Amino acid sequence: MSLSKDQVQHIAMLARLQLSENEYAQSVEKLSKIVDFVDQLSQADTARVVPMAHPLDAAQRLRPDAVTETVERDHFQENAAAVSDGLYLVPKVIE
Amino acid sequence: MSANDRELHDRSMTELTAGLDSGEFTAVELTRSLLDRIARFGDQLNAFITVTADEALAAAERADKARATGDGGALNGLPIVHKDIFCTRGVKTTCGSRMLENFISPYDATVVAKLSNAGAVVLGKSNMDEFAMGSSNETSYYGPVKNPWDLSCSPGGSSGGSAAAVAARLAPAATGTDTGGSIRQPAALTGTVGIKPTYGRVSRYGMIAFASSLDQAGVITRTAEDAARMLAVMAGFDERDSTSIDQPVPDYVGGLGKSISGLRVGIVRQHFDAGLDPHCAKSIRESIAVLESQGAKAVEVDLPNLDLSVPTYYVVAPAECSSNLSRFDGVRFGHRADNADDLLDLYCRSRGEGFGDEVKRRIMTGTYVLSAGYYDAYYLKAQQVRHLIADDFKKAFANVDVIAGPTAPTPAFKLGDKIDDPITMYLNDIYTIGANLAGLPGMSVPCGFVDGLPVGLHLVGPHFAEETLLRCAHNYQQQTDWHDACPEDFK
Repeated sequence: MSLSKDQVQHIAMLARLQLSENEYAQSVEKLSKIVDFVDQLSQADTARVVPMAHPLDAAQRLRPDAVTETVERDHFQENAAAVSDGLYLVPKVIE
Repeated sequence: MSANDRELHDRSMTELTAGLDSGEFTAVELTRSLLDRIARFGDQLNAFITVTADEALAAAERADKARATGDGGALNGLPIVHKDIFCTRGVKTTCGSRMLENFISPYDATVVAKLSNAGAVVLGKSNMDEFAMGSSNETSYYGPVKNPWDLSCSPGGSSGGSAAAVAARLAPAATGTDTGGSIRQPAALTGTVGIKPTYGRVSRYGMIAFASSLDQAGVITRTAEDAARMLAVMAGFDERDSTSIDQPVPDYVGGLGKSISGLRVGIVRQHFDAGLDPHCAKSIRESIAVLESQGAKAVEVDLPNLDLSVPTYYVVAPAECSSNLSRFDGVRFGHRADNADDLLDLYCRSRGEGFGDEVKRRIMTGTYVLSAGYYDAYYLKAQQVRHLIADDFKKAFANVDVIAGPTAPTPAFKLGDKIDDPITMYLNDIYTIGANLAGLPGMSVPCGFVDGLPVGLHLVGPHFAEETLLRCAHNYQQQTDWHDACPEDFK
């Protein structure tokens, strides 16, 4: 199945990815090939097959609700582009 | 050749430990000699993103002191390399991406902490496909790694830098990660040993996530014995990883010497179909004959849904990647675009600039298969087929203890040959992906050469059968010397 440029633009928007014109052309071609390739799955007979949830059929483990970590906010924020008073700064959201 | 006649860089971890214990050389001397080799060969191979020479020498000094007082751990003074997907406190951790070009990890991954606590000396961080998405190391923002056996060839990927470093004798061992073959395929293409343990066997805390139902940490070495030594330290329960399995770790090193007499080795009929290079097929058949000469019994088995494993993977892995990589938003860490108009513009441009082509392609594939109206047709369907594939393995393992076959369909391919066609590249992982989909342990062992390029024998076992794989590989390496071959330019 071939994807259209509109579809690829929609996908890129959902994924929050800005693409150049050239990248759009490439993506339409290559994503269409990938979708064609994975379309093989439609031929598999999966009637009454349960979707796999975990490779070892394990359930999610729970831990006691106890404080185990220490606050290292200043240390972690060293990797952020813009912080102030312990907060992360982003462009203005509300005018 | 006895260990004492070999150059330090050519010795295994077992041989190096003997040399350190006897006082033949110190950990500082050993570390210096390998750092010299990295300085000499590093650029040529492009195997490293970061070399941590100062930290390595300091760790080596500590190891020598610990040895003097008898306090050293299991890997005391042994140099290793970490794939740059593992977070290392105070050291740049890029994951092969521009997105994390300036990221200094604030903490150590559990694997990193465990190996350091055992006395290992970290020489640096190895190059890799961006976010581990690739089979050739060509998607790295830091340029492709070269294969030490032929510099015009790919070392495989995504753990290509780790594999090239071990093959070129820049380190005896390196960590890796494997989501669809990223330890085993580069091991095969560089003539090294690579093991991907059972899903959940090794902690993933601090290992940057790609596809969470498939990712597993492992190791690349030159001998199965060294792989056992590394895995013995790395494996085990970690409460910080919610997928970690709480099961005792067997004595991997102690189990190596056991016989493989009577071991049932499954030969998969579908493995020898048209896709496999006939010269590689010959090496694989000869290596199975070696196992038989040691008393193993070859049994034919079927994996009828083998062909569906690659398309299944290319739905499940991108879907999980699109979710995992949503954390890179230019706000808390990672690349941030300049002069954003608003928050949406900040997200879209930071991600557009920070990610490379293959990563964007996988995020978009994942976004598509998870989007409204397509979820059932792709994601749900793929998880059903995944069940069929896991059941095929379960049936096979009712009759055999281990499955043996090719790791990759061909020896190393030329850099540039497959990068423009994603499907051709994806099909390189056809023999390895099944183990990830079913959560099984898998291992590649050097088993021959085709036109001067290494070939790997792939061993897969039932869940938690690492001990069997290591024993089988060790036994094979006692009968063969493929792993002793060193690429000519790196002797």
